[in-house]
Amino acid sequence: MIKAILVINNHGKPRLLKFYQHYSEEMQQQIVRETFQLVSKRDDNVCNFLEGGTLIDGNDYRLIYRHYATLYFIFCVDSSESELGILDLIQVFVETLDRCFENVCELDLIFHVDRVHHILGEIVMGGMVLETNMNEILQRIQEQDKIQKQEAGITAAPARAVSAVKNMNISQQLKDIKLPDLPSLSNLKNAF
Amino acid sequence: MLSFFRFEGMALRKVRSNIDRIFDKSLTDLIRGIRNNKDNESRYIAQCMEEIKQELRQDSIYVKANAIEKLAYLQMLGYDISWASFNVIEVMASTKYTEKRIGYLAAAQSFHDETDVLMLTTNLIRKDVNSANMYESGIALGGLSCFVTPDLARDLAADIVNLLACSRPYTRKRAVLLLYKVFLKYPDALRPTFPRLKEKLEDPDPGVQSSAVNVICELARKNPKNYLTLAPVFFKLMTTSSNNWMLIKIIKLFGALVPLEPRLGKKLLEPLTNLINSTSAMSLLYECINTVIAVLISISAGGDHTASIQLCVQKLGVLIEDSDQNLKYLGLLAMGKILKTHPKAVQAHKDIVLRCLDDKDESIRLRSLDLLYGMVSKKNIVEIVKKLMEHVEAAEGSHYRDELLSRIIGICSWSNYQYITNFEWYISVLVELTKVEGTEHGAKIAEQIQDVTVRVESIRHFSVSQMALLVENAHVLLAGSAQQRSNMCEVLLAAAWICGEYSQHVRNQQNVLESMLKAKPSVMPGHILSVYVQNIGKLYCSLMSQAEEEDDWDQIDSLDNLMLSKLPQFELSEHLEAQERACNLMTIIRIIEQRHQEKEKMGAELQKLYDGELNPVATKAQRKVPVPDGLDLDAWIGEEWVSESEEAEEESDLEEMFGAPMARPKMEIGDVEDDMEEAVEDQKKGKKKGKKAGEMSKEEMEKRRRQREQEIENNPYYVKGSATAPKRPTRFGNPIERTEAAEKEKEIQSPLEIPGVVGLHRYMEQQDSTLSWKKAKEDSDTTNKKKKKTLKKEKGGKKKKRRTTSTSSEEEDRVVHKVNRNDGEMPEGAKSTDDEDEKNIPTDEFRALDMDLDAPLRPDEVVKAPQAYTRTYPSQQKPGPLVPRPPTTFEPRPVVEAPKPVKEKKKKAGKTGVAKLKKKKSLPESSASKSNLFNMDDWLEGNGTAAPEAPKSTLAVEKPAKKTKKSTRKVREAYEETSGVCTPSIPHQRSPIDTETPTTSSEFTRLAANKTLSVDFVARPNQDPLDHGRVTVTLKVQKLGDAKIQKVELSMVDTLNAKVVKDSDEAILLAEELDATSSEASFDVQVTTTNVSRMMRGTVTYFLVDDEGTRDDKLDIRLPLPSVVFVIPNSSIRKDDWSALLASDEVDFVASQSVKTSPDLKLRTVLSQISKKGHFSVVEETPKEAPKAASLFGRTVGGQPICLLVKKTADGLQIDGKAGDETLIQSIIQDVSEICARV
Repeated sequence: MIKAILVINNHGKPRLLKFYQHYSEEMQQQIVRETFQLVSKRDDNVCNFLEGGTLIDGNDYRLIYRHYATLYFIFCVDSSESELGILDLIQVFVETLDRCFENVCELDLIFHVDRVHHILGEIVMGGMVLETNMNEILQRIQEQDKIQKQEAGITAAPARAVSAVKNMNISQQLKDIKLPDLPSLSNLKNAF
Repeated sequence: MLSFFRFEGMALRKVRSNIDRIFDKSLTDLIRGIRNNKDNESRYIAQCMEEIKQELRQDSIYVKANAIEKLAYLQMLGYDISWASFNVIEVMASTKYTEKRIGYLAAAQSFHDETDVLMLTTNLIRKDVNSANMYESGIALGGLSCFVTPDLARDLAADIVNLLACSRPYTRKRAVLLLYKVFLKYPDALRPTFPRLKEKLEDPDPGVQSSAVNVICELARKNPKNYLTLAPVFFKLMTTSSNNWMLIKIIKLFGALVPLEPRLGKKLLEPLTNLINSTSAMSLLYECINTVIAVLISISAGGDHTASIQLCVQKLGVLIEDSDQNLKYLGLLAMGKILKTHPKAVQAHKDIVLRCLDDKDESIRLRSLDLLYGMVSKKNIVEIVKKLMEHVEAAEGSHYRDELLSRIIGICSWSNYQYITNFEWYISVLVELTKVEGTEHGAKIAEQIQDVTVRVESIRHFSVSQMALLVENAHVLLAGSAQQRSNMCEVLLAAAWICGEYSQHVRNQQNVLESMLKAKPSVMPGHILSVYVQNIGKLYCSLMSQAEEEDDWDQIDSLDNLMLSKLPQFELSEHLEAQERACNLMTIIRIIEQRHQEKEKMGAELQKLYDGELNPVATKAQRKVPVPDGLDLDAWIGEEWVSESEEAEEESDLEEMFGAPMARPKMEIGDVEDDMEEAVEDQKKGKKKGKKAGEMSKEEMEKRRRQREQEIENNPYYVKGSATAPKRPTRFGNPIERTEAAEKEKEIQSPLEIPGVVGLHRYMEQQDSTLSWKKAKEDSDTTNKKKKKTLKKEKGGKKKKRRTTSTSSEEEDRVVHKVNRNDGEMPEGAKSTDDEDEKNIPTDEFRALDMDLDAPLRPDEVVKAPQAYTRTYPSQQKPGPLVPRPPTTFEPRPVVEAPKPVKEKKKKAGKTGVAKLKKKKSLPESSASKSNLFNMDDWLEGNGTAAPEAPKSTLAVEKPAKKTKKSTRKVREAYEETSGVCTPSIPHQRSPIDTETPTTSSEFTRLAANKTLSVDFVARPNQDPLDHGRVTVTLKVQKLGDAKIQKVELSMVDTLNAKVVKDSDEAILLAEELDATSSEASFDVQVTTTNVSRMMRGTVTYFLVDDEGTRDDKLDIRLPLPSVVFVIPNSSIRKDDWSALLASDEVDFVASQSVKTSPDLKLRTVLSQISKKGHFSVVEETPKEAPKAASLFGRTVGGQPICLLVKKTADGLQIDGKAGDETLIQSIIQDVSEICARV
């Protein structure tokens, strides 16, 4: 069983947290901090297995992690998982992300954490490995994306336009001023 | 943006919902905002939270979804979003997939057992789970796996079970995995559902299969014994599957099962070894090795498995030497497991492991430290310890340093200092270790110094000289803060005790005594102080006796004065023990001083107090002391005296620390003389301390003495002579008395240099420079050995007696641990009785993980499935959906079918008594379980001890007269034997076979022939769904000429994925002697995959006896095993089922081929050939009169359906096929076209 999957960046900021066992939010943050402490002090050329930490607390849990550029992908697993298997699984996960986001980088994970969750949901379910075949995973994700696009339909256009306006990174007041300046209210009605 | 609305006020409220979502922050906006507000993040988020709350109040589900999406993100940042649980459910209920997904994501992230709104979701989830949209159902299943509660599990179990029969593998896969969570939350579901889950092990989709394996492995890991019966199923999966993920799981599962069933281990060894040799996947290789190790541990008692061990060790060596740190780490980890049972095998990799000690990776260093126990030898221990000492100095972080220290002590004291030849060196090491900063091992070091000095007589002089220096420089050691002190103090305890106990070795006793008397009770911990007092007495005694002998009354006076002036300060110690001892000693010295005034010599008297030798005592010796008859340990001996009992307790603690005999009697001074001699004769066990003025009568004394004698007599661990294990108390057990001290020892201790103390470096220097030393050492060694010998002789008689009484388990134990070591030890104590503990260790590992959620699943209870559903919760649901739907692919075989063949077999095969016994026992159980038990044993024994059983049934050579029928039956029996193990799932194929006589002559195909004999064959698949990679090949050998043919044997060449199932390497005997007719024999071929055609080569050898004499001859054969072999004959299907099947996604791979035939060939002829040789059945022919096209159907033993369409074209035939497997359909089409071409 996988107990938790954490993606943490080089500064200890969580980019994805998936716990397959209930922890309070406070505890989750503590685990993130502690895990980061453990992982960050390790060189890149040491082994990817770790013992110790709250997550592990004496049981047969281990941390298995990989470090990619600015991100740590950390899996907390028990002894029923193969260590090397989990390393491969992390690789599958990251490669899938890479394919889905086309050259994934930390920013993708920051802004599309929901999508990352959905992708992870195709690989691991309830702490158990669901699928490891990348093509199968990708196919499923693409099909779901298709549904999403269909549903969004024409309404996606104004949303995109608005977000484009917002993305201009102008100050809050400026945005308020520009608010009436909406290009596509008519489109919007079509959606409903 | 909000301000915008606030200005507009209520008027806009109604119209705004549509506009809202444009103005609302999207998740991206939120994230960007947080990034832009790094300085006041929490304020920004609080503001966003407010907005979100507003958004959630609106009607638009789109707005809500957006808000919930943001909340899910904030949850990751550590914000509690449980207040929005209801809104989450609202979003989950959205009709739009995108929104629903957001809802389920938020639910998965934030819901848990205590989320009360979850009980509102039951119907929603039920609807979603059963949704026609597979992705909707997918997210619902995925979400449920994260937040399933006992209630949800109970209410939805039936729905989830029904999904197991869903046509989409995507949904099946998820349903299977979810079942595990359901079982965890609602254990009652396990038993009724388990058969369905087990079925999924044979699911055509590898993903579903793998999920089922995953779930069962998780279940079995917690309660392995309940899943032992599944071993054959998994075994088959293991030998046939090529999915590494699944294989890893299965192999891990076997690792858990093996300790419960050693026979299983034996059976596993071969396939695992094959996998190890063949796989290129490191993960699989590693797990195989791990399980092989588990097997080897479980069967370590019997048999020679050196080859397997060697293989493991060799492969692990490769891993350890790999540049990949992960492999290195895992290699060392697994090596550690082998080390416990097969230390010798590991030693081959000593160099690699030692190299790992220098690795930059701490994890790897720690792992290699684990292995050091197996690596050290007498020759290299000095070198290794030197290396470790360097690491100690260089180590950063106290954890690793402490670990190093305990390992150094650990390996040095391993098996009673087995590896140490030079104890002076070891003492130097220990002294050196006391200088290490911040250790928590002061007590351990002290204990080692004491232990070594007690055990090794020859070292005492050296040890005492070192310890005397320590005592004299105690003030240096005690400098610094209390915390720094505490570590060293422990060493002082050992130092003081050694100086006192072996005072004859102390060069300058006066100095040592004075330094001891200088000890400040305020600075020194009490327990050490009390040791000081005791040993001051010993030193005083020794000095005083010397002076008395020399009649040096001045010296005596000055000694007495010294004592009387310095000792009283100890009487003021806060520590009770120290105080009491000091008072006692003071009184004694006052008495002596009075006598001395009268010029009376007291030396001899006083010496008796400290007479006798102390020996190490086994850790458990105290527990082993038998309680003599009539002794009530709870009753008070005298009148109740609370304070005394407390003291006595403390004292016994202390005694343990010293390794002193525990039955040390307290006695009055007056009694000392009489009892002393007696006691000393009593194997010098007792050490008398006469200071305690206890009330002990002579009777009491006598009783004690007898008790001691008896205990020595009865305790097998006493006086094992040279083969004793020492007391190693603090390392393995009772550290309780030390906790107090250990608590204080956390701070860092600065390195200390004490003038005169040799230490390791100085010692090594000295060793190098002095050549004479070696000689001296040798001398001491020889004297040592001599002493040893004399000692042995003395005890010889007694020892022998004791040995015979010791149990056999101890004997074994000794062999394993190699305790027999004579060098440099003087143990007279007891053997450490660790055998008791070891017995309990193995199998327990998984029991600790036992979750009582899992109801034990016994095979006989499985069948109840459907009833259990309706019965468990009839009120909550309509009965309809509750009863699990029967699987769509296979119908369950009626249970009634099982007993019949079992009975038959009982008669025929002549089962062993054990089997019969089992049958009787299981009489009240259902018949299915009977066959289960049966088969389990058969299966397990099939490979090893009971090897003959299998060939008897499968590989039978028949006399021509009995020929066909009987051999068929035998083959069938073999099938029956294994089939009952799993849920029977391909039932309807059985009936045709029952009625059919398969090996009718017409079915045989010519394999090869020469002038003298011909070989025909027929191959048919093993119908056992578990064993569908197995083909039974029946060969018919027929004599063609007149010559006499003898000893016809067949040897087949195994290929990578097809091999003959046999128990020995010998050739298969087809016939002893061929007579006029023919002879038949069958054997099984195991193939790895059933979906490709293959060819096996073999040779039939025989002796030809004719007029010219006897000569041997041979006939080469090529045995074709086309994929059509695996098509089960006579599988029929209705026409509309066939077209439905064709339309479904179950058969989605297509292949086609055209064959040229003569134009006047009738399609019917072709069809009959395809049905006969290819086992396909015709579904429909069109047009009926003179068919131009026909549809055919077949099913593989694996249960995969195959659809064929044969069309007649102008110049031949067009064959199209569809199946669920690409390779399968291609090879089937290939085979079928060959059949057609041959018509």
